[in-house]
Amino acid sequence: MKLLTHNMLRSHVSGVTRGFPLIIRADEVKLNSVDFNREFVARMIPKLEWEALVQSAESVSITYLGHGSDLPRELASGYENDEEFLKKVHHVLLEVEVMEGALQCPESGTEFPINRGIPNMLINEEES
Amino acid sequence: MTAAAAAPPSAPAALPALPVTSRWKMALSCRSGAALRKYLLLLAQENCEFRLPEISSLISLYGGNINNIQEDHEQSPFCVLNIPYEDLARKIMHRTVCAKSLFELWGHGKCLEELKESVDSYPLERMVPYLQPNSTYKICIHSFNKTLTQKEKIVKIDAMEFMPFQGKVSLQNAEHIFYLLEDYGPDPNTAPKEPLKIFFGRWIADGQRELINSYSVKKRHFIGNTSMDAGLSFIMANHAKVKSNDLVFDPFVGTGGLLVPCAHFGAYVCGTEIDYNTVHGRGKATRMNQKWRGPDENIRANLRQYGLEKYYLDVLVSDASKPIWRKGPLFDAIVTDPPYGIRESTRKTGTQKEIIKADQFPETHVPVQLTYHLSDIFMDLLNFAAEFLVVGGRLVYWLPVYRPEYTDEVVPRHPCLKLISNCEQMLSSHTSRRLITMEKVKQFEDKDQFAHLEDGQYLLYQGHNSFREKYFSGLTKRVAREERARAEEQNCCDFSSTKEQPGV
Repeated sequence: MKLLTHNMLRSHVSGVTRGFPLIIRADEVKLNSVDFNREFVARMIPKLEWEALVQSAESVSITYLGHGSDLPRELASGYENDEEFLKKVHHVLLEVEVMEGALQCPESGTEFPINRGIPNMLINEEES
Repeated sequence: MTAAAAAPPSAPAALPALPVTSRWKMALSCRSGAALRKYLLLLAQENCEFRLPEISSLISLYGGNINNIQEDHEQSPFCVLNIPYEDLARKIMHRTVCAKSLFELWGHGKCLEELKESVDSYPLERMVPYLQPNSTYKICIHSFNKTLTQKEKIVKIDAMEFMPFQGKVSLQNAEHIFYLLEDYGPDPNTAPKEPLKIFFGRWIADGQRELINSYSVKKRHFIGNTSMDAGLSFIMANHAKVKSNDLVFDPFVGTGGLLVPCAHFGAYVCGTEIDYNTVHGRGKATRMNQKWRGPDENIRANLRQYGLEKYYLDVLVSDASKPIWRKGPLFDAIVTDPPYGIRESTRKTGTQKEIIKADQFPETHVPVQLTYHLSDIFMDLLNFAAEFLVVGGRLVYWLPVYRPEYTDEVVPRHPCLKLISNCEQMLSSHTSRRLITMEKVKQFEDKDQFAHLEDGQYLLYQGHNSFREKYFSGLTKRVAREERARAEEQNCCDFSSTKEQPGV
């Protein structure tokens, strides 16, 4: 699971109000290099929940780097022309992948497992 | 091809070098000042209904006016486009899988005389750059519904001598390629002696027909029982106006066959699929001589096979009827082929203790699955598209229909979505599927999610819930089956108390 996808996912457990962002439990993280596409990254940024992205980058990078991420807390204006910044966002959005772990609903605590990089968003109604 | 594609120098200065006859002078003086130019499209005789919607989608994608298509008749391979500049025409050819070639139309007519007259009235200054003495050219013949002998072709080429060609003929590496295209009518068996229509023009570009072969499902690593034919999948991506840097989503992704053409056009792709084993590339193989799926049979590997892995975002195991996405206009296009319950079952998660699937793989989390009524699938899909598409974004999907009961009214509607095209592909004598293209025309508001309940339109497609039964039954057996289905429906306690027998 890429962090771009994570930024768009929410919990659908019945009764949750926002269900966003899902808490990431990253047991295994992989870095895949993906061609940098400046236009796509710049296009995606307005669609993102920035705070959630910073938060998820933080929690995941601790797993694979042992330190926090260097994304700025606040989105600066004129970012479209800041190549260095766009590259950082590109890396976080597309190159970091959670391979094993889980996504946890922030309200109900329900876990959605991630196996071989693929989140399973199904809920067994019998269980919950 | 590349040599011919090189832009010739527009050389009005070279004009006097040509022996300009009085006829040509006349043409020059009364040249039309119209901004639009005529181009002739040669379409492939396959998926005929899908061709013009594809071309209009591409024209609108590149900012042209879609009212500028002159259609001959639906089955004709010839279609005239009126567009302002050649660059737009080239862009269209860079995407289309329905059109074979594009020509700058210099003239047309019912017979050679008419063609001559027509070419005479074509602005000379647009022809001159391609008729220069230092250039090379050739003339090709294309006849529709009649096979011409080499001798006949040469006679026809010689008859084009009235054109003031100055260059040298070169059959191998001609810079400029001209085409004489002849239409012998719709039926090859009753083709007349002389063509019904003749066109003459300069070849500009070929379409992307070779994609159908290079992306053939036969050569694809990971496929499923209902993988979409490569040609149709590219047509879908074109109807959806998918472009570079788009985010495209398929809620019933299966083996990801519809993500491939979208990624080919530079869009980033993602999808969901309820079947855990399909997403993880496990379980039984689709190919005949292979029992189980091999390692690395998954959507990502498919995109990798085509060098498109960089466009892969994620594929999730999820139920399309559940709200797993953060609210907002996230997707630029939704391209999908929902299950009709024929070769892939229609399911959603829910509670109903009787149906429990055996755990084939230990970590597999298989919740209870319920049948998902077709009409619910499509209403959910439209609601989803209305909410999650960007304004101007398109939803392209297949709607299975039982032909004897089909009317245009059964096609689901939504206040936020405008129907763009509706093209039929036959499945059997009494069933077909329709490729529906819709465009989001207004922002989604909370009240819109109940739109389908208000206008009663929801009920119209319900007659197709038993599409599966109808698909397998012949027309004669149908009535008996419907009776039975009706009895069953009345017996089962359904949550929708307002259920009515559809009057389709």
